[in-house]
Amino acid sequence: MLTFTIRRLILSVPTLLFISLVIFLLLELAPGDPMAQVPLTVPPEVKEKMREALGLGQPMHIRFWKWLVQFFWIEPQVMIDHYFGTTYAVGDLRVISWQTRSPVMDTVVQRIPQTLWVVGTAYIVGILIALPIGIYSAYRQYSVFDQCGTFVTMIGFSIPPFFTGPLLIVVFSVQLGWFPFIYDTTHVVDDWDSFVYQLRQMILPVMVLALQTTAQISRYMRASMLDNMNQDYVRTARAKGLSEAVVVMVHVLRNSMIPVVTVIALGMPAIFGGAIITEQVFSVNGIGSQLITALFANDLPTVQTLTFIFAMLIVFFNLIADILYGLLDPRIRYD
Amino acid sequence: MKLKTLLLGAIAGTALAPAAFAERGSDGHVNIIYWQAPSILNPYLSSGTKDIESASLVVEPLGRYDQDGALVAYLAEEIPTVENGGVSADLKSITWKLKSGLKWSDGSAVTSADVKFTADYCMNPEGGCAQLAKFEGVESVEIIDDLTVTVTFGEAKPNPYGPFMGGQSPIIQMAQFENCTGAKAPECTEANFGPIGTGPFVVTDFRPNDVISMVANENYRDAAKPAFASLTFKGGGDATASGRAVLETGEYDYAWNLQLAPDVLAKMAEGGKGTAVSAFGTLVERIEMNMTDPSPSLEEGVRATAAAPHPALSDINVRKAMSMAIDRDLLVEIGYGQAGRPTCNLVPAPLAYASDNTDCLTQDIAGANALLDEAGWAKGSDGVRAKDGVRLSMVYQTSTNAVRQDFQALIKQWWEEIGVETELRNINASVFFGGDPGSPDTFQRFYADVEMYANNFDGTDPESYLAQHTCDKAPKPESQWQGENINRYCDPAYDELVAELGRTGELSKRGEIAKKLNDMLTKESYVVVPLVDRGRVSAHANSLGGVILNTWDSELWNAADWYRIK
Amino acid sequence: MTDLSNQTPLAPPRSQWRNVWDQLKKHKGALLGGGFLVFITLAVLLGPYVWTLDPQKIDYRARDFRPIYHALFDADAKTAWANPLGTDQLGRDGLANILAGGRTSMAVGWAAMLLTLFIGTMIGVVAGFFKKLDGPLMRLTDLFLSLPILPLLLVAVTLFREPLRGNFGPEGGMFILIVAIIGITSWMPTARIVRGDVLALKEREFVLAARSIGTKPGAMIWRHLLPNVISPIMVSATLGLAAAIITESALSFLGVGFPSDFPTWGKMLADAVQRMEEFPERVMLPGIAISLTVLSVNYLGDGLRDALDPRIRGR
Repeated sequence: MLTFTIRRLILSVPTLLFISLVIFLLLELAPGDPMAQVPLTVPPEVKEKMREALGLGQPMHIRFWKWLVQFFWIEPQVMIDHYFGTTYAVGDLRVISWQTRSPVMDTVVQRIPQTLWVVGTAYIVGILIALPIGIYSAYRQYSVFDQCGTFVTMIGFSIPPFFTGPLLIVVFSVQLGWFPFIYDTTHVVDDWDSFVYQLRQMILPVMVLALQTTAQISRYMRASMLDNMNQDYVRTARAKGLSEAVVVMVHVLRNSMIPVVTVIALGMPAIFGGAIITEQVFSVNGIGSQLITALFANDLPTVQTLTFIFAMLIVFFNLIADILYGLLDPRIRYD
Repeated sequence: MKLKTLLLGAIAGTALAPAAFAERGSDGHVNIIYWQAPSILNPYLSSGTKDIESASLVVEPLGRYDQDGALVAYLAEEIPTVENGGVSADLKSITWKLKSGLKWSDGSAVTSADVKFTADYCMNPEGGCAQLAKFEGVESVEIIDDLTVTVTFGEAKPNPYGPFMGGQSPIIQMAQFENCTGAKAPECTEANFGPIGTGPFVVTDFRPNDVISMVANENYRDAAKPAFASLTFKGGGDATASGRAVLETGEYDYAWNLQLAPDVLAKMAEGGKGTAVSAFGTLVERIEMNMTDPSPSLEEGVRATAAAPHPALSDINVRKAMSMAIDRDLLVEIGYGQAGRPTCNLVPAPLAYASDNTDCLTQDIAGANALLDEAGWAKGSDGVRAKDGVRLSMVYQTSTNAVRQDFQALIKQWWEEIGVETELRNINASVFFGGDPGSPDTFQRFYADVEMYANNFDGTDPESYLAQHTCDKAPKPESQWQGENINRYCDPAYDELVAELGRTGELSKRGEIAKKLNDMLTKESYVVVPLVDRGRVSAHANSLGGVILNTWDSELWNAADWYRIK
Repeated sequence: MTDLSNQTPLAPPRSQWRNVWDQLKKHKGALLGGGFLVFITLAVLLGPYVWTLDPQKIDYRARDFRPIYHALFDADAKTAWANPLGTDQLGRDGLANILAGGRTSMAVGWAAMLLTLFIGTMIGVVAGFFKKLDGPLMRLTDLFLSLPILPLLLVAVTLFREPLRGNFGPEGGMFILIVAIIGITSWMPTARIVRGDVLALKEREFVLAARSIGTKPGAMIWRHLLPNVISPIMVSATLGLAAAIITESALSFLGVGFPSDFPTWGKMLADAVQRMEEFPERVMLPGIAISLTVLSVNYLGDGLRDALDPRIRGR
């Protein structure tokens, strides 16, 4: 397993380089213009000058090379400088956003807290609710609990967040007045009251997001448990007198985890990627909204950087999932 | 009824005013929400409305336009005119005099060197300045003394109020931006995110595309203002959410540009926490008729260029009939409510330039049908008119936007009633309004028969706006499809009249020419079919006083006068 | 619906399928779900011939009508038998729109879901079964997972809209483009889930046994692996259908969907969100239609899975 991990890690370098090239070419090919949001009152000649100032006049391979150097060489130096007070990167040009004319990574760092607070919490809450629902629904298939669970999760999944978000706002913010719905990103948690406020402002977006996660994961959990419930080894385990709890929670659960681990691992990078619609509905302004505003403004350096970080996380978490398969089912061999 | 409440509110506001802002910072905190978040606070590096308006709380120009479009001195002693000698008789130079005793928020004095520096900063060829058009024709900016500068233009400039006038060209501090000129402009993140200014507020924290925190400027020129000690400027979300936050929950005090359907807005206003206010500027939603043939069967290089005139739309009767079939009142009622009014003009305001053209306001389907019959466009068995093998079949494109899609559906129905087959297409706004020469879907490239969008002009002078429709400005492959003459209208008489406008200084004469130009494009040729004069709707909390909505300058132009109604 | 009707002609020759069908008949959820699917499919296919109002016809004098049942508790409500489900803000008939919208949504949903399943299952099984292909195929999956969707859409629209419009008309061309785009951007989770299961399955004794008697890879995949990964595939199918219907509406938000006067359930839902307080029926109707369709596919899937599992079938 160790050699497999090392081999995969080494292999992921060319993979990621290739992915970054594909993303870059895709962005180049896509129609779009960083001047699209400039008002029509600005004459075309001025727009042309502004494009030149962004470096758009340079050939494609030079811009790609520049981005590679900035992302893989200069940005790590900036990070080292930041933590150790060194001055390796002073004067070097970082990855600069076309929209804000500031380093993309600074904005990312600024936005990680609210992204993790909201999207991360929602994902954890979603998983924590989904697993028990999935397990119990499978254990008591077609019971009232199972039927209700199925009904709620399927409706939850087929109703999009652009509807659930405003619905929760109308009910809980406008009618009842319980929760604020414009997320305050400057809020600092330093005592109990501020923590309570943080919870209040998180609760609506977390509910919307957790609903989707719960629906998805609990369905896979239930299906996979059902597949294993009637296997011979379960009968054997029961026959040797193991308690139901051990049979279900140890034997069946472990064997049912492979698809669930896959789904959870696929969702992990999405935490970082943020939740575009939900973030917009509640003005959370996390990384999801950074990506979508950059996309609409054709801010290519930001889009390239964010998608690439996203790609790194995808490759990393899929590797983790592959390693977990081996741990869950020792028969799986990669060597 | 709405107008009446507005007026009453305004009167009440003025009456209360003296008592209300007695002391700087006495009214606590104010929350503003813009559903587009500001990316940068330097208006010279971004011309997005969100950026310019947020920056207007911090940096100020020498003079602004007020709610009626009149010029008001801000940092300047007075607005220079020919009458008071500030503008030279040959219209080639303008002399601005700063108020004395002005201080930057860091305490240093504002001098004419800062004014000159601002011009140099923007006119630097490597800087990519977004407001370069404001400085067009400027030959030099000279410092006369500590408080006086003279701007000299290369040729006579009937409208010399480009530089240093309005929210787009505020004065920035030389000391702060000295090392940020030219190619280095984008690198000065700190200065671009927190410019030192003369405005009522000072930035304490700027998070790009998210939120700005500000406090009152201790060195603001009026010791009693601003009434608010601190301000939060939140960005992001959508118009619905920001409307709710002001009108229904009262979480915020001011919401910008609520582009919502009138019934939705009215429903929100029932929340009772705030008031929606509206004002009109020069923004006109219009349909442009393509004078060239966009047919995909034509080869690139000929398609949608002057080489291939449009087979159907070249006939003025078709264009006129299509305009006659539209019920503009209904469009306003459905799409804009109090924030729109039907118009037949490309230049709807200011009064001096607005033509009295109203003949398109009544819908006349029968008349349109008769006109087309007369012109020889006969209805076929499928209800679609044709003449000499050319069918009246139109691709009608616009950007993706709820109101525009409703308009498309309505207009399609009307056009089908007069035998014009219509295919709708909507395109992502960032592609549609982007100038990517590689994309077939930009509005300049115009690979459709008709398209709908809105446009306006800065300030109060329509000269450059009307000059967009001269022959040489048509987008074409040789110019990488750049150009402002979207419909490829080309009339030498029009070009000549535009040139004459450029030579004319006398105001009433200018108005006359502008009106004639407007009529040539609209009621005389129907190449531009104006639909709606679009106003701006914003909302403020009932407890926020002093708000005067201004569409000629930044909406936050008088934030220094805002106060809390107690 | 397709599954149900396909089962019948298959039934007679082999008793195994008869057993499956018998088991399926006993499954109440599957019957209900299947019945509803047949109903809604017939409704959207035949409904427009019965209810002949043009969904795109604007009658602005009759706008903002409420559904007819409103007259029960609110005598003053604007209702009319001519528009039993009310009209929208432009006076387009609600019932006609639900029917026409359902036709598109169902077509897009099923086609995109089947395409997703086909690509996902194929790549997943092949990657899991053939060790040599695992690496390249999974890196390909990583690549597709990383691609930003909006630029991809814009590129696809730029490159393919004109030729498709020329060959299949504006709506047909858009349909192919949308189905292809949804299919291409959502097969990856299915592929990874199927692969994960196949990796575990192929080490089981029965696969070893099958291999030892010389079963060819094709037969191995078809007879031994696929039947054992059917349940995650069913879940993917159910979730995929819902996701495809919703994604279609998100695409028209981004300006790459169907022409704006072409109704779909997702778009009706999205358009009505703004007015959900005054006209809750406008969000409820398409919302319920989507939810019920997805629920019935889910129950049918449950029933099928149970029926296909010989261990459950015996019970």
